Amino acid sequence: MRWLSLVVTLFVGGLLVFASADFPAWGDPESPASRYLSPYYIEHAYEQTHVPNLVSAILADYRNYDTMLETTVIFTAGMAIVGLLVLPLAPLAMGRRPRDPVEHANRISPLKRDPIIEEACRVLYPPIQLFALYVLAHGHYSPGGGFQGGVIMGASFVMLAICFDLKTAMAKLRAPAYLGLAALGVMLYAGTGVLCMALGGNFFDYAALTAILPLPAEECRSLGILIVETGVAITVSTIIFSIYADLASEGAHRGGL
Amino acid sequence: MWLLNLMLLVFVGVTAVAALQTEDLLSSAAILGAFSFMMCIVYAVLGAVDVAFTEAAVGAGASTVFMIATILRTSRRTSR
Repeated sequence: MRWLSLVVTLFVGGLLVFASADFPAWGDPESPASRYLSPYYIEHAYEQTHVPNLVSAILADYRNYDTMLETTVIFTAGMAIVGLLVLPLAPLAMGRRPRDPVEHANRISPLKRDPIIEEACRVLYPPIQLFALYVLAHGHYSPGGGFQGGVIMGASFVMLAICFDLKTAMAKLRAPAYLGLAALGVMLYAGTGVLCMALGGNFFDYAALTAILPLPAEECRSLGILIVETGVAITVSTIIFSIYADLASEGAHRGGL
Repeated sequence: MWLLNLMLLVFVGVTAVAALQTEDLLSSAAILGAFSFMMCIVYAVLGAVDVAFTEAAVGAGASTVFMIATILRTSRRTSR
């Protein structure tokens, strides 16, 4: 069976390598993407949205459905883990078996609390959160944006949970509240699109925001990108922490690393 | 430039095989973190800086922590 799976893996891998030879060369100016699609964005994105980072402009303006549904995917993944580990009926559904002593001996034991690690964590975690906000707010001008900022923000709470314990981190982000925040992030994202519709534009046509904001259409699109990126960051950061808290404590939200 | 690319290719291959062959799942998770970091450099070399940033934050950071949290609650050894 092992040999069979090795043969299948090698065959599929070889097929992929063989097929990738048909790709246009990297950075080929004659490839279809570089000839028809990219020039439009390169020429028009800045004057239409006033966002120098083309990736952010495409991610949260031109290709908005993609990003909105990605955020929904992350939210759904977090909810699935909550459903499997935290909800009251979840342990029954999994049919937990009694602990195997051999397996138990192979477990890693949680470390004792260490003053050096705790002090380092206390010093590090405010700058990490500040950096997360910087990455989020500066996504218009440099690499970054909602996803990266959100992951860094979530990681700062995970670090708190690792260096102290889950209780310390849960005191900053309370248990049902962060799931509400995650939903709020998705609603902030989708709500921006609905607001644009209510103001007479298309779904996610940020230019419609000129009706309520004293700004030109380009600035409205820039602002709209910031709003939806904030929604992404809220969802991603809380879901990252939620997944960690559920996995590290088997849904009990006690103990942990 | 080709030397850097060759080194990255070798490291990506070595870390991928090592992560699968290691029986200690905790080391395996750490090696996968190194793999993600190599992929992050590959994306940066290709000019996709936003993707590289995401890979560094999600691949090398968050997913490694998730794996370690899961190992803490299950077994540290692979069952053969």
